[in-house]
Amino acid sequence: MVKNNSPLLEMRNIKKDFQGNQVLTDINLTLKEGEVLGLVGENGAGKSTLMKILFGMDVIKETGGYEGEILVNGVKAEFATPFDALAAGIGMVHQEFSLIPGFTTTENILLNREPKKRNVISEIFGERLNTLDYNEMTGRAEHAIEKMGVKIDANMVISDMPVGHKQFTEIARELSKEQLKILILDEPTAVLTEKEAEALISSIRGMASRGIAVIFITHRLHEILTVCDKVVVMRDGYVVKDVPAKQTNVAEITKWMVGRSVNSSAAKDSTADENAKVIMSIRKLWVDMPGETVRNVSIDVREGEILGIGGLAGQGKLGIPNGIMGLYEAGGTVELEGKEIALNNPRKCLDASIAFVSEDRRGVGLLLDETLEWNIAFPAMQIQNKFLKNLLGGLIKWRDEKAIHKVTQKYIDELAIKCTSSKQQAKELSGGNQQKICLAKAFALEPKFLFVSEPTRGIDVGAKSLVLNALKKLNKEKGVTIVMVSSELEELRQTCDRIAIVSGGKIAGILPATDSSEDFGLLMVSQVK
Amino acid sequence: MMNKNEQKISIGKKIGGFIRSNPVPMMFVLICAVCIPISGFSAGYLLNEIITRMGRNIFLILSLLIPIMAGMGLNFGMTLGAMAGEIGLILVADWQIWGIPGIILAMIISIPLSIGLGILCGNLLNRAKGREMVTSLIISYFMNGLYQLVVLYMMGSIIPIKHYSIMLPRGYGIRNTVSLLNMRQSLDNLLAINIGNVKIPVLTFLIIAALCFFIIWFRKTKLGQDMRAVGQDMDVARDAGINVDKTRIISIVMSTVFAGFGMIIYLQNIGNMPTYSAHSQIGMFCIAALLIGGASVDKASIGNVFLGVILFHLMFIVAPKTGAVITGDSMIGEYFRVFVSYGVITVALIMYETKKRKAKAKAGRQLELAQTGEDKQ
Amino acid sequence: MSKTGNEVLELKNKSKISELLDRFGLPRLIIAGFLLLLFVAAPFVGADFTMQLTNTINRFSWNAILVLAMVPMIHSGCGLNFGLPLGIVSGLLGATLSIELGFTGVMSFVMAAVISTPFALIFGSGYGWLLNKIKGGEMMIATYVGFSSVSLMCIMWLLLPYRAPTMVWGLAGKGLRTTISLEGFYDKVLANFLQINIGKLSIPTGALLLFALLAFLMWAFLHTKTGTAMTAVGSNPTFAKAAGIKIDKVRTLSVVMSTWLAAIGILVYEQGFGFIQLYTAPFFMALPAVSAILIGGASVNKASIPNVIIGTFLFQGIVTMTPTVMNSAIHMDMSEVIRQIVSNGMILYALTRKTVRSR
Repeated sequence: MVKNNSPLLEMRNIKKDFQGNQVLTDINLTLKEGEVLGLVGENGAGKSTLMKILFGMDVIKETGGYEGEILVNGVKAEFATPFDALAAGIGMVHQEFSLIPGFTTTENILLNREPKKRNVISEIFGERLNTLDYNEMTGRAEHAIEKMGVKIDANMVISDMPVGHKQFTEIARELSKEQLKILILDEPTAVLTEKEAEALISSIRGMASRGIAVIFITHRLHEILTVCDKVVVMRDGYVVKDVPAKQTNVAEITKWMVGRSVNSSAAKDSTADENAKVIMSIRKLWVDMPGETVRNVSIDVREGEILGIGGLAGQGKLGIPNGIMGLYEAGGTVELEGKEIALNNPRKCLDASIAFVSEDRRGVGLLLDETLEWNIAFPAMQIQNKFLKNLLGGLIKWRDEKAIHKVTQKYIDELAIKCTSSKQQAKELSGGNQQKICLAKAFALEPKFLFVSEPTRGIDVGAKSLVLNALKKLNKEKGVTIVMVSSELEELRQTCDRIAIVSGGKIAGILPATDSSEDFGLLMVSQVK
Repeated sequence: MMNKNEQKISIGKKIGGFIRSNPVPMMFVLICAVCIPISGFSAGYLLNEIITRMGRNIFLILSLLIPIMAGMGLNFGMTLGAMAGEIGLILVADWQIWGIPGIILAMIISIPLSIGLGILCGNLLNRAKGREMVTSLIISYFMNGLYQLVVLYMMGSIIPIKHYSIMLPRGYGIRNTVSLLNMRQSLDNLLAINIGNVKIPVLTFLIIAALCFFIIWFRKTKLGQDMRAVGQDMDVARDAGINVDKTRIISIVMSTVFAGFGMIIYLQNIGNMPTYSAHSQIGMFCIAALLIGGASVDKASIGNVFLGVILFHLMFIVAPKTGAVITGDSMIGEYFRVFVSYGVITVALIMYETKKRKAKAKAGRQLELAQTGEDKQ
Repeated sequence: MSKTGNEVLELKNKSKISELLDRFGLPRLIIAGFLLLLFVAAPFVGADFTMQLTNTINRFSWNAILVLAMVPMIHSGCGLNFGLPLGIVSGLLGATLSIELGFTGVMSFVMAAVISTPFALIFGSGYGWLLNKIKGGEMMIATYVGFSSVSLMCIMWLLLPYRAPTMVWGLAGKGLRTTISLEGFYDKVLANFLQINIGKLSIPTGALLLFALLAFLMWAFLHTKTGTAMTAVGSNPTFAKAAGIKIDKVRTLSVVMSTWLAAIGILVYEQGFGFIQLYTAPFFMALPAVSAILIGGASVNKASIPNVIIGTFLFQGIVTMTPTVMNSAIHMDMSEVIRQIVSNGMILYALTRKTVRSR
């Protein structure tokens, strides 16, 4: 390795856009050998996109590549695939585990990099018939585990392990690569218990002392302060702050993370009645939604308000509506107007006049292969027997194509849905128009209570404001109580009366929308016991 | 694949656990235990029959193990290998090369055919990930049609066939049975030992042992490790740089080649070849035997193969006689064993699919428990 | 996606026609071309054209309802019903019991249908319940449920106490025969009803009418509330679940419908064929029906009534035309082999298409 004065890693003027949507602007970053860099920012601030660029992920190239340059040891580097990045000494531990469940720790650490012994048969049929050198494998795996400084059983099968050990196995796998110089850890502590997280923090220090540079992404800010040499704060695709960790504190970082220019963050004038009666009360709700687990949530929703639910990705905010609506297994009690609603049964919720607009448009929200008419009319037809003609004295419920056409046309006009006709297939529409179809579907049910989950995810600005205005109008004119879940705090503050912040699957606090962004930011990164 | 922890548990518990975790083999032990006395066969006769059938079938069944390891389920496409083996035998019979040389030549002819068919089958299965089994079943039906096209119409008309004894009188196409009398049991009889009335085909067993050792050794190779990885999680394996599709194709090709050898061993034992029906049921019977031995769609061992062959064929031998004794109609037993074969495959498939779903339901209950635990604190 | 007879007929503008051609797929074009070639070649090799047409129409009338039985399960997302033999077994029970009870003529057909209905309902519900337990693996398990039920019935045909002398083995006086003649019972009862004869061309009006009735009922069902729900469950089960549909119930209903149609289908087949075939005969009856609907343009998760009609016609056309034309042309009877390659090749094509949602 050439020792020169240039830093181990330098990113210069990195820019990236997704179809004209600028997600990274002029990112500059340097990383020295043995340095630990804490990368923080809200969801959508651009952290993961930046790391994807650094790691040469396919998605970057597929969406038109990036601008700017990456230098490793002062030499310009282009990573076409993750394998190029690995060869250059960059390793990444992703949030999702990438482990073979039936393999031991050792086998996973050395997956596809197993040391081999040659034999007669492999001389003839090629080297894939080399036998594995189990002694050497054990040795290398143990060496990697030792480097990490956390003790895990090298012979344990992954499927029998606690979550934390799986995470350590992933880290050990990166450490077992001899050329490793830079290790990216993407929220490694999110799944760990407190003890395990501490062990990980100390092992990061250990790695750094061996000269490995670490990029540490986390939402637990106190961890950043304990372990990092410097903190880089990102917001809306910019690096807003790059400071030594010693010179800052949690409050300051939070402010940088969520702070916005004053004019854009005008909160909604709350019109909701503070003393309105409780329309829905949720008690001790748990939801088993993978990646969005909800634990012990209790919350009251007042009649006629728009309640926002915010929080960072993976903290469980999406689990709340999905659990109540019966799409994922849930437990606890939910009452609407004093009447308990059976969980794990979507029909009961819909019968109680609760509607739901899912965040998963393509998976849950739409019949992609069917017409817009079917999409909009279907739930109302099935739940409330609308758009049906009764033949033979109600014995046969015949689809009323005319009524379906009429209602679809009504919503196409009302929500300005761009389509060739109401008979177009849902999959042919753009994201924004698909979202409007999902709203129309819920509106057609004429609900008393509406859950809306990530209503503006992945849609353009024009559609965004239209969707939000439609929701506000529904709330104001029809008096529909709305619970809106969104990752975008500003959007919540513009639309909602009160905002609950979810962290670690629990409610961290509920504040009026007029409170400052910093207060919300603090709640987002807080740890709820 | 045995879990390390399991070995520590005392032997007594292990037997109890074995019975509980292997309900299918136990059920067949029971069926056999009931049927054997009723059928009235002598122990010597049964032992002789079982040994013969072990020699005949084990190699074929072993060919199923590798695709299971690669996560492709029960390879109904092994029929393709069987067809390749049969074509090898037809050609050898036509050239009048008999005995051991004939068997070896038939095997050599079957290799390129098996590889070609295996590559085709593997590619098709890669296009049908997640429903490999039903696809491989249909491939075997489809190929059966092509096989008939070749053997019934092209052989003798396009492909030269010299020897009229195996040809249909009309001048093209192969007869419904091809006699392999001149190579009958030549493999089995070489080095055979007779103990009492029981003939042990030592050479055949040696060949089977060689394949077993090969499979054990193969698990320790890089390719074997890759197959296990691909079998458990294709995406993770792909991310780690393993060529998933190619690995899957290799596993099918290996299975097809072994099935071809297995078919030749099987037919040399029987001594004549039903040209158009020999392969059609072989896949089903092999798979049923493997499952009866305690294997599942995603896990199978050499032990399952041996146990399965013994139990399945014991039932196969005694069922018709038992049926005849009880009802006075020998067809009952015939139908019974066919029903059992299909039934056991059905049950194994159902168990495999429900197991996949059960694992999901667990997570929710754990979460509830964790929460109640929290409340108490 | 066009789901109804109406909508398909409404395809007037050209863009839709080209889209239809796209969807039609290469194998279907080849099969349609092959059949066309057979029709054109028939007179040249000396085969009687009207005779061939009569045969094709007759075979269409025997098989169309079995193909129609595929529709409900494809709609509800259960995939291709390889478990069709289960329904066929119900039909066979109805047929044999009707004869055993002494019904003859038209009445024996009506009673066969009536008696097979409860069997189809019971077997179908059990089968549906099972398929709900193993979502995702339907097709493989369906195949083996079919096989198992047929092989179980092989034992039953021997053991059940049938006594009617026309059906049991003459010597033993018990155990059903493998093939039972329907003469005097319902041989051609539908075909002869309002039969039209124009020269050598004869049209089995009754059988076609029954198919038309059932096809109309299926079309109508798909236009009702429940039918709409069934299509939605097949199109996107999560969407349907979020809209409060009890997915398992709808799927079970589709399986019961399919099983019942298969039972009626086999009765119609028998009346045309003139014989009841027992024991191993139903083993591979699912495959021609599956491949017929695929040839007609259906996929693993989309099917319509026109698919049924076109598919059955093409498939049966090939089955009847190949032997005669081939025989007269090259003096080889390869029809059985060609049928096998075409039908299984079509299923294979449908299973390995990349566009199909992976299941």
